[in-house]
Amino acid sequence: MYDIIVIGGGHAGIEAASASARMGCLIALISMDKHALGRMSCNPAIGGTAKGHLVREIDALGGIMGKIADRTGIQFRMLNKSKGPAVWSPRCQSDRELYSEEAYKVVSSTKNLEFIEESAIELVAEDGKVKGIKTQSGRFIEGKTVILSAGTFLNALMHTGLRSTSGGRFGEKPSTGITESLEKLGFEKGRLKTGTPPRLAKNSIDWDVLEIQPGDENPQPFSYQTNISEFPYLPQLDCHITHTDPDVHKILEKGFNKSPMFTGLINGVGPRYCPSIEDKIVRFSEKKSHQLFLEPEGMDSDLIYLNGFSSSLPAEIQLEAMHKIKGLENVEMVRPGYAVEYDFFPPHQIDNTLETKLIQGLYFAGQVNGTSGYEEAAAQGLMAGINAALKVQGKKEFVLKRSEAYIGVLIDDLVTKSTEEPYRIFTSRAEHRLLLRQDNADRRLMSYSTELGLIDKNMYKEISIREGIITAGLDLCRNTKLHAKVVNEYLELSGSSTIESSETISKLCKRPETQLKDLLKLDGLDNNPNFNSLINNHNALRQVEIELKYEGYMKRQQEAVERLEKYEKLKIPLTLNYLTLKALSTEAKEKLDRVKPRSIGQASRISGVTPSDISILLVYLKK
Amino acid sequence: MLDDEDTIIALATPAGVGAISVIRISGPSSISSVDSIFTGKKKLTDASSHSIHYGTIDDDEEIVDDVLVSVFRKPNSYTGENSVEISTHGSPLITQKIIELLIKIDGVRIAEPGEFTKRAFLNNRIDLSQAEAVLDIINARTDASLRGSRNQLDGLLSAKVNELRDILVSTSSFVELELDFAEEDIELIDNSELIKRIDKIVNEIDILLSTYSFGRVLRDGVNVTIVGQPNVGKSSLLNYILKESRAIVSEIPGTTRDIIREEITIDGILFRMYDTAGIRTSDDEIEKEGVIRSRNAVKNSDLILFMGDVNLLFPEDLFNELLGLNKPEHIIKVLNKIDLKKDIGTDADVLISAKTGEGINTLFESMKNRVFQNSDYSEQSAIVSNIRHYNCLKRAKESLMNAEKSAEEKMSGEFISVDLRTAENSLAEIIGVVTTDDILNNIFSKFCIGK
Repeated sequence: MYDIIVIGGGHAGIEAASASARMGCLIALISMDKHALGRMSCNPAIGGTAKGHLVREIDALGGIMGKIADRTGIQFRMLNKSKGPAVWSPRCQSDRELYSEEAYKVVSSTKNLEFIEESAIELVAEDGKVKGIKTQSGRFIEGKTVILSAGTFLNALMHTGLRSTSGGRFGEKPSTGITESLEKLGFEKGRLKTGTPPRLAKNSIDWDVLEIQPGDENPQPFSYQTNISEFPYLPQLDCHITHTDPDVHKILEKGFNKSPMFTGLINGVGPRYCPSIEDKIVRFSEKKSHQLFLEPEGMDSDLIYLNGFSSSLPAEIQLEAMHKIKGLENVEMVRPGYAVEYDFFPPHQIDNTLETKLIQGLYFAGQVNGTSGYEEAAAQGLMAGINAALKVQGKKEFVLKRSEAYIGVLIDDLVTKSTEEPYRIFTSRAEHRLLLRQDNADRRLMSYSTELGLIDKNMYKEISIREGIITAGLDLCRNTKLHAKVVNEYLELSGSSTIESSETISKLCKRPETQLKDLLKLDGLDNNPNFNSLINNHNALRQVEIELKYEGYMKRQQEAVERLEKYEKLKIPLTLNYLTLKALSTEAKEKLDRVKPRSIGQASRISGVTPSDISILLVYLKK
Repeated sequence: MLDDEDTIIALATPAGVGAISVIRISGPSSISSVDSIFTGKKKLTDASSHSIHYGTIDDDEEIVDDVLVSVFRKPNSYTGENSVEISTHGSPLITQKIIELLIKIDGVRIAEPGEFTKRAFLNNRIDLSQAEAVLDIINARTDASLRGSRNQLDGLLSAKVNELRDILVSTSSFVELELDFAEEDIELIDNSELIKRIDKIVNEIDILLSTYSFGRVLRDGVNVTIVGQPNVGKSSLLNYILKESRAIVSEIPGTTRDIIREEITIDGILFRMYDTAGIRTSDDEIEKEGVIRSRNAVKNSDLILFMGDVNLLFPEDLFNELLGLNKPEHIIKVLNKIDLKKDIGTDADVLISAKTGEGINTLFESMKNRVFQNSDYSEQSAIVSNIRHYNCLKRAKESLMNAEKSAEEKMSGEFISVDLRTAENSLAEIIGVVTTDDILNNIFSKFCIGK
């Protein structure tokens, strides 16, 4: 009997399997094709705004996504660099083939982890507890817990024009049976849709006329464990940019009567933040041009991914339209864009541990919960893996707060609000945005991963030492004053106003024009032994500078959030029967019964639950 | 949002004139608030729990009443919070005055129905058997709010705040757009436009804030005294109005009702009706006391219904007495008993029959109009009448000013957003929560997002 059975070897599945195996559990990873592990179904890229934060958090918690992305990245960029540090987001283009190979390498070298190359067709449960799964070959595999991370494969249908084929990804079969067995157990399912753009032949593109988008000059890795001196591992490539125009739109419009979207063939709900090109034309008809990115699929790959041109129109329409686009006049389409429809389980049915409320020991992670994106999937996979392992080992669950990590925001949003469209993380979803930075994921999370045994103890030792330097450094900067005659020359040079008598380093550092490292060069501070360790630890220096510069804002954000989070600690038992609380409004009864919130705080975030409903709950909980 | 950090106040003893009345105040600032209007041997803030203090309640220099103040410190009070009880002489006008003085203080507000009990329960001060009763009271409030535009004032305000919230959400969208969709080729809002938008909201909030002193009159009640010679029908008018009001206009529920003689609401405005004895000087000792009380009532009234009847009309000397006590624009001349005689040439403002009800609606209309006439606001303007709403708006304004400052300093969007969000939350406390989904929805509907 296995401790944990993981169904699906996508980004969620491999994180779940890898983490729980390293925590000492015996794992079976069920996947139809072991060479499809960690496959990138859509764009060959990892990270982006807020998603990059997730990858850094996954890495700090001991996950594998950041390491694989570092190994296989062919272009690294830090997005939002012109903004403040909280919204800097790392992103990379990946070599699609190498990414899967690397994922295979990482997973296959993990102890306690067995592959089973099969398709799961039924989930078996008894008396509200999971027992195992049945596979297509008729085998019953027994497991103490099961993590379902089947991605877009459940009853998947692919659409191009009016032609539809069953399958979750180009050239791969769908997974059938699982949804039906879960529905029988009482789960509610929904249907979502996502899409992917056409793939183009590299040598058929007129590269010379296209605008170039290069990577960063000094690329930064995702993983805290990547050795910067060896990084980047692969040669770096450029992306290119082109645009559609009204002529292109006209051709696409010809195909609208054969669009599975507009003819009603597709019932699933698609993501608004990632619309198809036909959707963009219809919904924003006033926009005459849309930006498209040509992204390489790999170092040696002949394929180009046309980001921004996701479509399910007939293939010939897609091609005809592309021929009107600058640089693509003679393009060859290797594979047309298509839409995928798949089953998901509205995520109010899971708990913050990702365990389902209905069946003990059953966990859902990734797109089955209605999310989109590799990073969102990986984050859930990791948390499901950790929690399943803890459950098997009889230990306390592991839940991240909204104030601790984007992972906490992601899961809490899913559980509390459920979702009707594919869910993507955004920085605006985080109330604590200024605190949840990509530069401090290690500070926020590594004490947990160390305790869970997912990260090397030496790593954490290094962090603890750095924490000490940061605390002492903050103190020093707040208490050390610089005299006008020492600092004014520097202030003038950097275009800041001069001072009269003297000012603390922390106050001077708050000015947008100053930099902490420059201030610490003044007044012989660079020879002052007290400041030595701070000046010599680049990472600590950066943390101190951020904390000083944005102190006022962080404090205000903290206060605002605390007002909202007053009731986070007041827990509600899952067994509370809301329908019998006659004082609640009918709407609140229904919503609360659906979501079954874990805390009063969570209850108050549910739309339709009013302050007086919360008062009533408080009274009942006192009973 | 739950406001259990507020300090709440209400009359604890039954309505009407008794020997003494007790006002109860509970919450973190209860002791310091009472102390700020109390003069006694020692400061109440230094007093120990369960101690009683003699002194006076003062309004500026003027003594309102001499009182006994009992101080209870948490957790050993009825509610489990810091509490104070003020025992006053039993007069609705005195208790009303003291309550008015206290709710002028920041963070002190009139208690909601059942709120003392609710707090007592939540602080484990009362037993289980009372829980259901509390729920019913809270429930009653929910039902009332569900009934919708019961209170026209709140309706207008929330419409206005909703409008401001929409502008704020769309402004936030522009800021967020730049952060979450860095890669998109979308037109971003420039800094000066952003500042202009924030400025516009601040100005609107300023206008709302300026309505508060008038709004308070509407919310806390308009004091109306009925004056007239014996037998012109003062009591029958009062009786008729109260009978009618129960049938046609909703009665203000709960505690506030306790502190005054009788009250009615007309289109959301609370009117406190005082019947008076005569206001002419008399030699009779007992009558004398009544006269002093009546004259006080007239002096403190926002409106005076000067009643005459078709026979006695409006005696000149009585009218002059009234003019000596209050302003002419506060006096409505009401001629009663028009069921007896129709054609009377008088300068009455309203003709009624307290017997048949004829003209009563005109009287209501005229009372309401008079309230608005004496202010800068029309019946259609949004008016802030509740201290909690006022504070929320004030906080929203402060946050917006911070956001504006950040924009002026050319800070990046996530910093501006900190204060815009806080402002949204403050407005949300008046009209309901703004979620990040609202902002994202706005972005998705207005901008073509997605590579």
